[in-house]
Amino acid sequence: MRDVAIIASAQAVNTATTTATPVEMLIPVVNQVLANAGMARSDIGFWCHGSCDYMTGQPFSFVSAVDALGAWPPIIESHVEADGAFALYEAWMKIQTGEVDTALVFGNGRSSSGDINRILTLQLDPYVVGPLWPDDRSIAAMQARACLEAGVITERAMAQIAARNHHNALTNPVALRRGEHSVEQLLAAPLVASPLRELDCPAHSDGVTAVIIAAGDRARSLRARPAWIRGIDHRIESQNLGNRSMTTLPSAVIAAQKAGVANDKIDVAELHAPYTHQELLLTAALGLGESTSINPSGGALCANPMMSAGLARFAEAAARIMDGSADRALGHASSGPWLQQNLVCVLEGE
Amino acid sequence: MAERCAVIGVGQTQHTSCRADVSIAGLVREAVDRALASAHMTMADIDAIVIGKAPDMLEGVMMPELWLVDALAAAGKPVFRVHTAGSVGGSTAIVAAQHVTSGVHKRVLTVGFEKQSDGNAMWALSVPMPFGMPVHAGAGGYFSPIIRSYIKRSGAPAHIGCMVAVKDRTNACKNPYAHLHEPDWTLEKAMASPMLWDPVRMVETCPSSDGAMALVLASEDVADAHDGPKAWVHATAMRSEPTAFAGRNQVSPKASEDCAADLWRKAGITSPIDEIDAVEMYVPFAWFEPMWLESLGFAPKDHGWRFVEDGITEMTGRLPVNCSGGVLSSNPIGASGMLRFGEAAMQVMGIAGEHQVDSVRKAFGHAYGGGSQFFAMWVVGANKP
Amino acid sequence: MSDDVLRIRTPIGIKYQYSAGPRVSSHLIGLMEGRFVGKRCPSCHLVYMPPRNGTCAKCGCLLGEDVEVGQRGTITTFCVVNVPFLGQTIKIPYVAATILLDGADMGMQHLIQEVEATEVRMGMRVEPVWRPREEWQPSMENVLYFRPTGEPDAPYESYAGQL
Ligand SMILES: [Zn+2]
Repeated sequence: MRDVAIIASAQAVNTATTTATPVEMLIPVVNQVLANAGMARSDIGFWCHGSCDYMTGQPFSFVSAVDALGAWPPIIESHVEADGAFALYEAWMKIQTGEVDTALVFGNGRSSSGDINRILTLQLDPYVVGPLWPDDRSIAAMQARACLEAGVITERAMAQIAARNHHNALTNPVALRRGEHSVEQLLAAPLVASPLRELDCPAHSDGVTAVIIAAGDRARSLRARPAWIRGIDHRIESQNLGNRSMTTLPSAVIAAQKAGVANDKIDVAELHAPYTHQELLLTAALGLGESTSINPSGGALCANPMMSAGLARFAEAAARIMDGSADRALGHASSGPWLQQNLVCVLEGE
Repeated sequence: MAERCAVIGVGQTQHTSCRADVSIAGLVREAVDRALASAHMTMADIDAIVIGKAPDMLEGVMMPELWLVDALAAAGKPVFRVHTAGSVGGSTAIVAAQHVTSGVHKRVLTVGFEKQSDGNAMWALSVPMPFGMPVHAGAGGYFSPIIRSYIKRSGAPAHIGCMVAVKDRTNACKNPYAHLHEPDWTLEKAMASPMLWDPVRMVETCPSSDGAMALVLASEDVADAHDGPKAWVHATAMRSEPTAFAGRNQVSPKASEDCAADLWRKAGITSPIDEIDAVEMYVPFAWFEPMWLESLGFAPKDHGWRFVEDGITEMTGRLPVNCSGGVLSSNPIGASGMLRFGEAAMQVMGIAGEHQVDSVRKAFGHAYGGGSQFFAMWVVGANKP
Repeated sequence: MSDDVLRIRTPIGIKYQYSAGPRVSSHLIGLMEGRFVGKRCPSCHLVYMPPRNGTCAKCGCLLGEDVEVGQRGTITTFCVVNVPFLGQTIKIPYVAATILLDGADMGMQHLIQEVEATEVRMGMRVEPVWRPREEWQPSMENVLYFRPTGEPDAPYESYAGQL
C-alpha cells in the first residue's frame, strides 16, 4: 500500500438556510482548500464528489458541481451518491492504483432545500416501511428507546453528550449550534420524539467540506505534518429494522478492526453520530476509551450538513494531527438509519 | 504498481419495458446470481460490492443500496455506491476494478441497474426547474441539435442514422437478453419512421428499460485459479468536463477525445481500428455511432459516417460495433454502461453466443453521460496486460 | 395465482425550495423589466446570458459584472419536436432552438414560432415575443417564443464555434 495523507481541508460556515446555489457555495471552499494546500487546480490528479439528488430534489444535481472545479481542460473526476467521506475512500483507492498522486474530494449538502427528516424516509424499504412515512427522528428515537430499555445508555448520559458537544462547538467557527448547557437544563427540555430532546438531534445545516489527499513525498512536500491514513475501511449491515440489533453496531465493529483502530491509543475521534445515543453506541463499537477526546468540533449535533458531515469529521480529525495536538486520530462517517453504514479511518502523524 | 484484474463472471437480466414480475431487489439479484454462477462463486466468496445507478428519482428510493443489503447478502461487507449520470455503469465497473487493482480486495461484485417502470422516467429525467424556459423537449431535444451540428459539419447523408439503427436492431435479435427483438427492419422502413426530434427519427432512439448487469472482478491469483473464461482489464479511463460554457465543442467533446487518448496510451494501443476486435459503444441515438467513431480515434474526422455506410461497423465488418444491439435495443440507464463494459468482456471471453464475433483478442467498452460530458472507457483482452 | 399483488402504488410528496442564487438575481430582475441581463466572467471575459448558476464553468469561478445583451440573436442549431411531452402546452411539431443573443458568448434554449418548422435554419436571425407586461414574472417564460426578424442569415463562421 502507498502512504497517503490528508494534507489540507476547508469547510463552509454551516448555515440553517442559504440563498446561494449549491455551486456558488462550492467555489469558495474549493478555492480555500487549494489555497490551504498551496496548490493550483492543475496540481490535482483526481477529483471526487459526494452528494445526493434527493437532498436538493433535482436529478443529476451533482452535474452542476463540475462547474465549480474549472474542469477545463477536462479532468479525471467521479461522483458517489453518498457522503464526501466515501469520495475520499474512492480517491484513496485511486491513489493506491498508482494512477494519480493527489486528489481533491468534497461533499456538499443543502439540508434546508426540503424537510430533511422526511426526505431521509425515502431510504427505507419502499414496500412496507416507507409508505408509513416514519421520519428520521422517529426512527432514531426507536433506537434510543431500545437502548434505554436495554440499559445500554441513560438519559443523563445522552444529556452529557449533548452538553459536551455544544460546549466543544464554542471553539468551532463553522458550527451552526453551540452553547453552554447544564445536564439538568438539558434534561428539563421538552421531548421532541421521545426519548429525544431537541439537542439530542442533529443540527441539520447547509454546508460544504473539501479535503486534499496526497501520496508519499508529495504529501511531505505540501505539509510539514501530514495526517497519514494508516487504515481505512467501511462496512454495512442489514437495513431491516425488525431484524437487526438496535443496541450494537456490528458493521462499525468490523470496520474498526479492519482499519486497525485498536493497534494503539486514539487521541481524538471525530464521530458522525447524528443523535446523542448514537455517539455512545459508536464509542463502544469502535472500542474507544476514556483517554480519547470525542468530537472536539462538536460533531453532527452542532452541524450536520448531510453528505458533507462525514467528510467534515475526517477534516476535523486530520486538523488535529496536522497542528500537532494529536498523534493518532480517528475519522468516522455514517449513512443510513441507525448508523447502518460505517466508514472508519485511522490517521497518524509522523 | 497496480495489481492485475480480470472479469471472471458476467450476468444480466432480461431487459424489458416493465419487469412487473420482480422487485428492484429481485431484478438486481437475477443479474447477480447469473454473474456469480459464471464465476463459480456464491455471495460468501465476495469481498466487496460496488453498485451503480442513475438518479434515485427514477424509482423513488433514496440511496437504494442501503435497502438492498439483504438482497445482496452484503451485511458485514463494504458496499459502495457510484452515480455519474449516464456513464454510471461504466464508471461503476471502473471503480469496482480499482477495488482490485488497488490491492485492497480480491473478489469484487459490481452491479448496475435501473427499474424505470417503478417510477415516471420521463419526469425523473427532467424535473422542471423554476426560473428557466421549459422547452419540454426531453433527451432527444437536447441531443438532436448536436446531431444536426454533426451532420452539417461532416456532410453526412441523411440515411446514416437509420443504417446504424437497422444494424443494432438486427444484432439485438441475436441477443436473448435484449429488450427489443425486431427482426424486420430495413433501411427503407427505417427512413419512413416518424421524425421525433428532427433530425432524429423514432427508430434512431433507445427504449426505456428495466434491467441489471453484474460482473465479478478478480485479482490475478483468483483469476488464474478460475477454471473458466476470463477477460483481463488492460486499461480504464475517465474524463469529465462542464455541461456548458462558451465555445464548447459538443459534437466531439474534449473530455471524450482526452479519455480515449489516455485509454489507448495506457492499453498500449497505437491504432484502435486495427487492434480492437469488438466495440461496445454507448449509442442512445443512432447518430452517435459515427460521432463517437471519430471522437474516439477509430475514424478520421468527418469520416465516421463513411465507416457506417461502408458496413465497417457491421457484425461481419472490420470493426464490429454493438453486436449486442447496444443501447438502441436495451436501455436500463444505470445498467447501460455496465452492459457495454460487460458485453465487451463477453466478446473476449467467447461467451456472447449468437452475437459472438470470431476470435476477439481485445474489446472496447464505452459509456458517457450528462450533456456528453462524463466519459468512462475500458479495454479488456484475452491475454494478461 | 391471479390474486397475487404484483404492484402497489406508494405516492411520494416532498416540497423543495429552490434558490436562484444572488448572481442570477439581476438577470431575473432584468426579465421583469423586459431586458436580457447576463454576466461577464472576470477571468475569461465571456458573457453568459442567462448567467446559468452564477458560474463560468470553464474557469470554475463566480461570474462578475452585469452585461445587458441585445434582444436579437442567431439560431446556432435546433431540433423539430414531434413528441407530445408531459405538461406540454405547445402544439407539435414545434422548434426548440439554441439562440445566441447579440453580445452573448453562449447560446440559450428557447422556442421558435411564427414560422413553419421546415423553414427554420441554422443561422436564422430571431427576436423575442414578450408576454403582456402585466404577466411578467422573474422567469425566462416572460418570452413566449422567438420569431424570425427577416434579416439575412448570419454566416456559418459567425456561430460555428458555438456548435
Ligand atoms: Zn470564464
